[in-house]
Amino acid sequence: MKVAYYPGCSLEGTAKDYAESIQGICASLGIELEEIPDWNCCGATAAHSIHHRAGVELAGRTLNLASQMPHSDLLVPCPMCFNRLKTASWALNRDSANRYGIVLQDSLPSVWDLATFLATDAMLQTTAENMRTPLEGLQVVSYYGCMANRPPEITEADNFENPQALDRIIQNLGATAIPWAYKTDCCGASQVLSRPDIVSHLVGKLYDMAERVGAQAIVVSCQMCQANLDMHQEKIGAEWGKRFSFPVYYFTELIGLAHNVSGVKRWLSRHITDPISLLEQLNLRGNP
Amino acid sequence: MADSHTLDKKHPASMLPETITPDVRFLQQVEAAGPFQASACYQCRKCTNGCPVSFAMDLYPDEVIRLVIVGLPQTVLHSQTIWVCAACETCTTRCPNDVKIAELMDCLKETAVQKGIPCPHPQILDLHNIFLKDLKRWGRVCETTFIPEYLLRSGMLRRMWQAHTLGAEIKLGWRMGRKGRFALLPKTIKGKKEVRNILGRPEKR
Repeated sequence: MKVAYYPGCSLEGTAKDYAESIQGICASLGIELEEIPDWNCCGATAAHSIHHRAGVELAGRTLNLASQMPHSDLLVPCPMCFNRLKTASWALNRDSANRYGIVLQDSLPSVWDLATFLATDAMLQTTAENMRTPLEGLQVVSYYGCMANRPPEITEADNFENPQALDRIIQNLGATAIPWAYKTDCCGASQVLSRPDIVSHLVGKLYDMAERVGAQAIVVSCQMCQANLDMHQEKIGAEWGKRFSFPVYYFTELIGLAHNVSGVKRWLSRHITDPISLLEQLNLRGNP
Repeated sequence: MADSHTLDKKHPASMLPETITPDVRFLQQVEAAGPFQASACYQCRKCTNGCPVSFAMDLYPDEVIRLVIVGLPQTVLHSQTIWVCAACETCTTRCPNDVKIAELMDCLKETAVQKGIPCPHPQILDLHNIFLKDLKRWGRVCETTFIPEYLLRSGMLRRMWQAHTLGAEIKLGWRMGRKGRFALLPKTIKGKKEVRNILGRPEKR
């Protein structure tokens, strides 16, 4: 299966682990990713905060480039990019479209949040067929963050208060997804740079609840959530008077681990909070 | 100002003079950029109760909407709330009256920037401006150029120094670099001109 692919800026930098794990598992799942030629940044929070028109047009340009490709599906791993592309296609398909200096092409591919795509029945079946090492004994909470689901008018998410995509994938791999109430609570995202105090507060609450429900690790599909949850655990723990040590796995890394894809250890070596010890305790040794 | 006696001294609404002249067209002007359906608000406070960052706000989201409706732009546009909003979209998602609260917050930020109203947390506006500057430079955003420029220009580096956290941050940055998480070279795109054209001239501050 060939699909269009929009990695987004951070997968070329700090989220290299996410990018590599996606490439690794897509090869094993028979998905051929073709990057949108000459894609640009979606504008993210900065554009929609202070330059609304540009935010829509930037994402619109990338959508138009994708429409020139022969594929019917566009996979977007970054929930922020996904949200901005969906927002642009929403805004540019309405009466208000004449406010913007860009016209959307016909024949746009379907825009997919990567986790939602990999949680469809067909993909879950393919994932199950490729299983080598079920992740038995691994008890995690799934954490979706904001942008893949909200607002549902834009994202077209069904279960936006209690999303299921990651949970379905986790269970399908033989691990346990513990139910909890903080699946879509905000981590503060880019405020980690401008208001780290706010991020400490928000992320500390997540650790605290993950600990209370007995999770060993947190599974994410967003590189901003991953960075905020993975990078500052020691500092945030100290502020909460606690010691947290939750590995923060991308769901794609867990699929790679269960499929014995080569490179798993390299992806995980890029994390800050030790992701390996827990897997070793559970006798889950990934490929180098 | 029925509940002025309950308001905190720092609460922006408590600083309003007793006689106020509302700008009755403010709601109309804001809605023209939307629509956000602000006038449909019946003050149930579901937005405020679900807001994850209300603890850091000076006006609660429902109060922002109320002040937009009654026409007190100065109070709203000078507030910390519009900048502290994390754009998590919980309020918009849950509003029973379909008020686009998070989108309204964005509109108010943009209006404040256009009117030259200083951001009460300048480092938040700096983040947006420097991000867009980097985007304009390459057509994509390169964290290796964007983050250092932000830390230097916004004064966050100095704050870290003053808070004695700079050492720990440098150590973390060093670990990230060793783990290969910073792109060595920015990737630039062919359509840079189109991107620059979309972003137009830099926002004035």
